[in-house]
Amino acid sequence: MPEVCDNIISTLAPCLVQSGTNPDVAQFISILLGVALIASFPLLLVIFLIWVERKIAARVQDRLGPNRVGPFGLFQNIADALKLIIKEDITPAGADRLIFNVAPVIAMLSVILIWAVVPFTPYNIGADLDIGVLYFVAISSIGTLAIMMAGWSSNNKYALLGAFRVVAQLVSYEVPMVLALLVPVMLASSMSMQDMAFAQLGMWFIVLTPVSAFIFYVSNLAETGRAPFDLIEAESELVAGYNIEYSGMKFGLFMANEFMHAFTANLLFAVIFLGAWAGPGATSVPILGFAYLMIKTAIVYVPSLILRATVPRVRIDQMMAFNWKFLVPLAIVNVIVIAFVLKLVQVLGIAPSPENASDFVANIPQMVALLLGNAVILAAAFGLIRGTVRKERLTEAARLAKRVQIEGEKEALPATVATH
Amino acid sequence: MTAAVNEWAFIGVFMSVAWILPTLPLVVSWLFRPRRANAIKLQTYECGVETVGDTWVQFKVQYYIYGLVFLVFDVELVFLFPWALAYNQLSFFAFGAGLLFIFLLADALIYAWRKNALEWA
Repeated sequence: MPEVCDNIISTLAPCLVQSGTNPDVAQFISILLGVALIASFPLLLVIFLIWVERKIAARVQDRLGPNRVGPFGLFQNIADALKLIIKEDITPAGADRLIFNVAPVIAMLSVILIWAVVPFTPYNIGADLDIGVLYFVAISSIGTLAIMMAGWSSNNKYALLGAFRVVAQLVSYEVPMVLALLVPVMLASSMSMQDMAFAQLGMWFIVLTPVSAFIFYVSNLAETGRAPFDLIEAESELVAGYNIEYSGMKFGLFMANEFMHAFTANLLFAVIFLGAWAGPGATSVPILGFAYLMIKTAIVYVPSLILRATVPRVRIDQMMAFNWKFLVPLAIVNVIVIAFVLKLVQVLGIAPSPENASDFVANIPQMVALLLGNAVILAAAFGLIRGTVRKERLTEAARLAKRVQIEGEKEALPATVATH
Repeated sequence: MTAAVNEWAFIGVFMSVAWILPTLPLVVSWLFRPRRANAIKLQTYECGVETVGDTWVQFKVQYYIYGLVFLVFDVELVFLFPWALAYNQLSFFAFGAGLLFIFLLADALIYAWRKNALEWA
């Protein structure tokens, strides 16, 4: 056989044509195989992810975590899934049946679809769309829609409140996320995910624009509804949030969707800021690129799990203020400063030329300039925060002092003011 | 078939598979699960007590205002992507126009802020 048949994943279609299949049919079969591979991978992965998350949370909280079913409790989630499948499924009497039943499927769909544009190796990507970044932004909004559908159709006040919080939270945090994504698009001069990976061969974007990476990471945490931004399902206030009325496998789908979304968001972070598959030997041995991508994702994913197990939940007003009064202005300033610095780099002629863009040393002048820009942004941001926090503390102290005066507790005054 | 059409064909097939895959466990569950519903079981759970009144009540207007602010920002942000995409080939005028657009965006944020649209009160 000629060498077109050596790699079943990327050259299946020409291989089939050679063995006498109709080209269109061959094309279709090849697409179908790719789709089946990519779409089922996250679903299988999620079983493992839930185990990882439970184990890590258990370690943080000084417990053992699942350890009964299978080696190290690895099969616990398979047992859980089986249990959920044979559970009675209740659609409450007042619910809007169609929307209620479709919502978990749409939630799942919104995450699976993102995997279509993830460059796994230099040669294997589901669909290398010209507008990969926009596609990601658009598809991740569908998840918001699914949660809104679930909350609205449940005929339950808590679920509805949870759904409103989704509109407030997920929608708000999309603004800094999209703003942060503008910078990698500027650096790569492309919206395709694969081009973005190639553009990072010389230098990862997290080194060039740490502020963008920070904004993207934080808003991703919020977009996936993870602690400290897990207000969507604040147990203490909303019972369970948007999925209270769900039971059986539909609940299971929402649950799996949450874990999958968290991993997918970190995967996107690894693709856009950590160079996707880039690493030694990735271009010659594609499977290595895939391994690098997974390792990079794990490096950002595990801290988010530890964060989830350690930090308390923020209040909704704090969360919205943090987004609109800190992240969005920071993201806007970031885009402006980076635009200026990049233009400056171009004018001064220290930008790496297209020929040596993948050379590490050629990237250093540009990196230094961009890092300086980032440092200025960060210094300004933290200066502003310090000022605001100080002002808030002073007003709080003044308020307390006034109250103490009215209540006549003179001896409590110095202590209260001193703590602020 | 051109390459671009091929990519979107992939997305099309992917979309249908993404519909089917999450539906599968639901179908399997539908085959195996018990069906012993009764009127009490089908009541809205809420938090365990019987529900009082209508669910779709009036809600805090702040959610709506945030929705509006988001809409303005999101629509404007999409226009910035072509600018960022062609960044390296931009003339000085186009560069300035893009920056002006971002400043208008910042201006909108300041306006919303000053009008107390961003206060959770």
